[in-house]
Amino acid sequence: MTDRTGQTPLVEMRDICISFGGIRAVDHVTVDLYPGEVVGLLGHNGAGKSTLIKVLSGAYRADSGDVLINGEKATIENPRDARRYNIETIYQTLALADNLDASANLFLGRELVSPRGFLDDAAMEAETRKIMARLNPNFRKFSEPVSALSGGQRQSVAIARAVYFNARILIMDEPTAALGPHETQMVAELIQELKAEGIGIFLIEHDIHAVMDLCDRAVVMKNGQRVGTVNVAEVTDEDILGMIILGKKPPQAV
Amino acid sequence: MSQPPVTTQPDSQRDGPVARFLRATEMDTRLLGMIGALLLIWVGFHLYGVFFKGMGAFLTPRNLWNLSVQTASIGIMATGMVLVIVTRNIDLSVGSILGLCAIMMGVMQARILPEWLGLGHPAIWIISIVFGLAIGAAIGAFQGFLIAYGRIPSFIVTLGGLLVWRGVAFMVASGQTISPLDPTFALLGGGPYGAVGEKGSWIIGLLACAAILYLIWSGRVRRAKHGFPQRPVWADVVLAGIGCGVSLGAVLLVNAYPWPIGIVTQYAAAHGITVPPEGLFISHGFAIPVLILIAVAILMTILATRTRFGRYVFAMGGNPDAAELSGINTRFMTVKIFALMGLLAALSAVVSSARLNSATNALGTLDELYVIASAVIGGTSLSGGVGTIYGAILGALVMQSLQTGMVLIGFDAAIQQVVVGSVLVLAVFLDIAYRRRSK
Ligand SMILES: Nc1ncnc2c1ncn2[C@@H]1O[C@H](COP(=O)(O)OP(=O)(O)O)[C@@H](O)[C@H]1O
Ligand SMILES: [Mg+2]
Repeated sequence: MTDRTGQTPLVEMRDICISFGGIRAVDHVTVDLYPGEVVGLLGHNGAGKSTLIKVLSGAYRADSGDVLINGEKATIENPRDARRYNIETIYQTLALADNLDASANLFLGRELVSPRGFLDDAAMEAETRKIMARLNPNFRKFSEPVSALSGGQRQSVAIARAVYFNARILIMDEPTAALGPHETQMVAELIQELKAEGIGIFLIEHDIHAVMDLCDRAVVMKNGQRVGTVNVAEVTDEDILGMIILGKKPPQAV
Repeated sequence: MSQPPVTTQPDSQRDGPVARFLRATEMDTRLLGMIGALLLIWVGFHLYGVFFKGMGAFLTPRNLWNLSVQTASIGIMATGMVLVIVTRNIDLSVGSILGLCAIMMGVMQARILPEWLGLGHPAIWIISIVFGLAIGAAIGAFQGFLIAYGRIPSFIVTLGGLLVWRGVAFMVASGQTISPLDPTFALLGGGPYGAVGEKGSWIIGLLACAAILYLIWSGRVRRAKHGFPQRPVWADVVLAGIGCGVSLGAVLLVNAYPWPIGIVTQYAAAHGITVPPEGLFISHGFAIPVLILIAVAILMTILATRTRFGRYVFAMGGNPDAAELSGINTRFMTVKIFALMGLLAALSAVVSSARLNSATNALGTLDELYVIASAVIGGTSLSGGVGTIYGAILGALVMQSLQTGMVLIGFDAAIQQVVVGSVLVLAVFLDIAYRRRSK
């Protein structure tokens, strides 16, 4: 395992709490992420994974706790702030506007415009064609609203949107849920590629084998609390399953 | 640069010529359906006149010209209502905002400004309009603020506005009618003098043709630049032909409607012209309110389809959460959309009060219903995310055609209400059925 001592983490989320009504969705959780690292977030449905990362992506504001980017305290009050820190997110719900086409969704909020300030749809479509050729070569439906796309195609649009804008911090919330085996493999390759470019990735993923293959560290959550963090190379998949199901912390975990 | 081959649909062989034509021209079948319905209404009323009254009065230059003027006020507001409804909101207050703005502009130009600047000062109409538009936009922005930041449903805020602004309109002038208005201002309502005449109409028609040709040509250039598949040349030629044909046809139509004899005599006397015994044929040409509507339609179409603002409007309607997560400031957007709606209601107030040459606090009563109906008949979906500006204007034209037609054939007001209400429900039903089938 790479020695990280002395290195500043790309992201630190310290002691994050957030409640909805009476439910403590995230309860004093601390996680960090280094450049070129993939950190898996695991846990049952309702464990608080999506809520935790939504604090980082600006969708929710934490009740308490700090977010540090490159060691400095960051104020992320809305998704615009997160984008300014080059944080990109693939949401579990995909967050696509169903009535718009793939390129309108890909550039939503960051449209390319002509010198006179009008939307340059042709340029956006050309860029969309380029990135989709890389991510999903079979993608053809460029001029149809994304409601007409299959689950896998929609997911690749959401992935393309997160990858296109030179993210430094990438959040992937169950990015392969709707994908077939071939596309899942392509996403795995994409993650390796991005990691090699020095991007830090939070990956929420249910497939324990994918986690063992792709992640450097894994954070396990249960009932809003962090059970523990492990170096994936030092544990077996049984150890991780034990953490997820029983909340049992193996001796290597911190 | 070599171009990729045009993608051919595998089943294009099996389709009939109509389907192939529609696909090649990328024409919206829904739009064609609406135009078909409109023509059906027109021809129907005309033939009813021919068979039962001995004379068809609908398809005459006079009636169609009047129809265009009567559509202007509702049409202008309907373009804004599209954006409001697309973002899953509603604005019930537009008729009352119209009434209040009309009264405010009336007081300004008939009472306040003449005292300051002197009666008939050339700046009076401009200052009054700017003042009215500012009030409309401010009221809209205020309502938008309550909706976006106060989290009060738009239905409630604007239902309140419907009552409040109508009441304020009464209070401003104690319920009096303000008349006459500034003579230049009154031209904006249409009428013989409030139209651009024969030559002006030809200039506008030819400019429209030039614009259509330019748009089609620049579209081809843009597609070529990025190597996207082109429309077949014949399809573009057909589109250009239809566009120019409609523009020039409209010019011929409005130029075929002459001034009435009384106005001609008055005009001739004022300008020292002797009227020959067979009379003088002076064309109306396009009415100014219609030109205002066309300008609003073009600007609103550009806003809705070619700008970030428009893109965000549709994104908010399609998925409000996604819009927010994409970094769009959806609350401020809502304020801006309602401000725009208020501005357009004020512009309609200019047109409708100028047309009557008077302002009353009752002006625009029930307009909100016609405006919403126009947008909805024009294909704007109340569940959000879907709607077009041209559809809303066609919707306004359909509503106005029904009303004008029923007046012409002598239906009384009660039957008119029954018909208009039923058509609204039927149109929405057909639209839902159409969308379900095309899915
Ligand atoms: N917007 C919300 N309003 C109310 N409760 C929420 C909201 N978002 C999440 N929760 C609750 O917070 C808990 C954690 O949910 P979530 O973060 O989606 O879990 P996970 O992504 O791990 O499956 C659940 O109990 C869920 O019901
Ligand atoms: Mg989740």
